[in-house]
Amino acid sequence: MEPAVPLSRRAMIGTLAASAAAAVLHPLSALVPTSPITKPIPSSGERLPIVGLGSWITFNVGDDPELRDECAAVMRAFFRNGGRMIDSSPMYGSAQAVIGHGLTQLDRPSALFSADKVWISSGSRGPHQIEESRAHWGIRRFDLLQVHNLLAWEDHLPALLRMKAAGRVRYVGITTSEGRRHEEIERIMATQPIDFVQVTYNVLDRQIETRILPLAQERGIAVIANRPFRQGELIREVERHQLPAWASEIGARNWAQFLLKFIVSHPAVTCAVPATSQVAHVVENMGAATGPLPDAVMRRRIAAHVAGL
Amino acid sequence: MSEWWTYTFSDFLLFSPRTYYRTIERYNGVVWPGHIATVGLGVAILALLGRPAAWRGRTVFTILATLWAWVAWAFLARRYAAINWAAVYFAWLFALQALLLILIGAIRGAVSFRPRRDTAGVLGIGLLVLSVGLYPMLAPILGRGWRQAEVFGMVPDPTAIATLGLLLLAEGSRRWILLVVPLIWCAVSGATLWAMGSPETWLLLLAAALVVGTRTSKVTTITAVSLPHG
Ligand SMILES: NC(=O)c1ccc[n+]([C@@H]2O[C@H](COP(=O)([O-])OP(=O)(O)OC[C@H]3O[C@@H](n4cnc5c(N)ncnc54)[C@H](OP(=O)(O)O)[C@@H]3O)[C@@H](O)[C@H]2O)c1
Repeated sequence: MEPAVPLSRRAMIGTLAASAAAAVLHPLSALVPTSPITKPIPSSGERLPIVGLGSWITFNVGDDPELRDECAAVMRAFFRNGGRMIDSSPMYGSAQAVIGHGLTQLDRPSALFSADKVWISSGSRGPHQIEESRAHWGIRRFDLLQVHNLLAWEDHLPALLRMKAAGRVRYVGITTSEGRRHEEIERIMATQPIDFVQVTYNVLDRQIETRILPLAQERGIAVIANRPFRQGELIREVERHQLPAWASEIGARNWAQFLLKFIVSHPAVTCAVPATSQVAHVVENMGAATGPLPDAVMRRRIAAHVAGL
Repeated sequence: MSEWWTYTFSDFLLFSPRTYYRTIERYNGVVWPGHIATVGLGVAILALLGRPAAWRGRTVFTILATLWAWVAWAFLARRYAAINWAAVYFAWLFALQALLLILIGAIRGAVSFRPRRDTAGVLGIGLLVLSVGLYPMLAPILGRGWRQAEVFGMVPDPTAIATLGLLLLAEGSRRWILLVVPLIWCAVSGATLWAMGSPETWLLLLAAALVVGTRTSKVTTITAVSLPHG
């Protein structure tokens, strides 16, 4: 351990000034991360940070120790910046086990909000799959379990609701992506007592604005936005252009924050779950959960700007 | 799967190119210096093809079956399965091919080889030489380095291409049965590499297209010749 050196007043002022300058020059490395903006889960009132963490592709690194540690570092940065929800699925290869590895390295952060899925065509094998997933994560119980892509939802959903009633999961939901089966999603939202719905939403994929988002508000269902960057394609595309100067009005310092702030500023959206394999990116993404969020006028401006690129 | 038409290749890609090629790299590290043996077996196959003899054909099929079984177990089931849950099914497919090669080629001797100078012969030898000799060089040429080299008899792609080449040189009515699994593999792996943006996809697709094209045109020629005239 380094010996504690008493600081003179002048040295202290110097250090503070240098830190402030560093924070201005490198806003991302600003010393103390501010806590993220949160929104309530309508069914309980529990608040969640508006940016979470996805794990499709990025966390499927098998048993590669180097890549596993990189994922753990992403998770560490995520929690340090106030993140809570991590989303995964048995469909994502080794991602669940890699998350489990990260959680162990991080001493099982109490902030974790674990969101996983059931993805199997046989209803009777759902409980076994959930148990396997739980073992991979190494947690006592999931916070949220969702029926992945509505696969065999007629069987899984009643089972998940029974698990919730028995206290073996806290919330229940359904998922889809890229605009698939929205009518069925709406029907389930209208008739089933679900807490969450997960759908694709980003500045270019906005189909859910017309029916699903209003329905979620009406029925008190939390909304998770997946594929916020269209699996990276969208961000690679916009990054070829200059970030507009007015992005600073919504506190967006980069394209990732510009795109994420659009998503999470919709009143019906609870959070977005961007996936990343890079610490710098998770820090950027969590930054979208701080500072001002665009209002309705600004949201229209963002959408028009990106559409025009 | 509902609304299947809305899915693209990339919807099925479960891992990043970096993870995929590192899987090969770590596998290479474990099985080295076995590569010398599998490439040696590839050269032995080329040598055995030089002169026709029933025992030579059976030996070639035995070698090939062993390598398909090895790739099924050592790579697909033990390594690739860590990042791709479908790899277990692919491993069974490779095991099935090993069985077919043994049954049809080695035990029953229903397919044999003879040196030939026609298009099929040139293409067949070309594909064999490409997969045994040139394929491992693609990784360093494409900037991934030697450690990620894909070697015949160790990983699926060059093994499948070499098998297609060999079957172009083969004769016997059961030959087409042995083409099915390598062709399926070319489609599966070709799609994966395509989604990852790897240029090797073209080699797999080209090999498959050449084999199908050559075999079909041969069948057409034979049918045309054997049709009763007038
Ligand atoms: N049906 C379903 O239930 C369903 C379907 C789709 C997705 N999801 C969930 O939603 C999550 C997110 O969707 P997604 O993974 O498809 O795609 P995404 O989050 O839209 O995009 C991920 C890609 O964006 C890049 N990225 C992330 N942050 C970045 C930044 N700050 N700057 C530049 N690039 C950045 C990442 O690359 P780097 O690694 O280089 O950062 C990665 O390639 C999934 O992981 C999954 O948990 C669920």
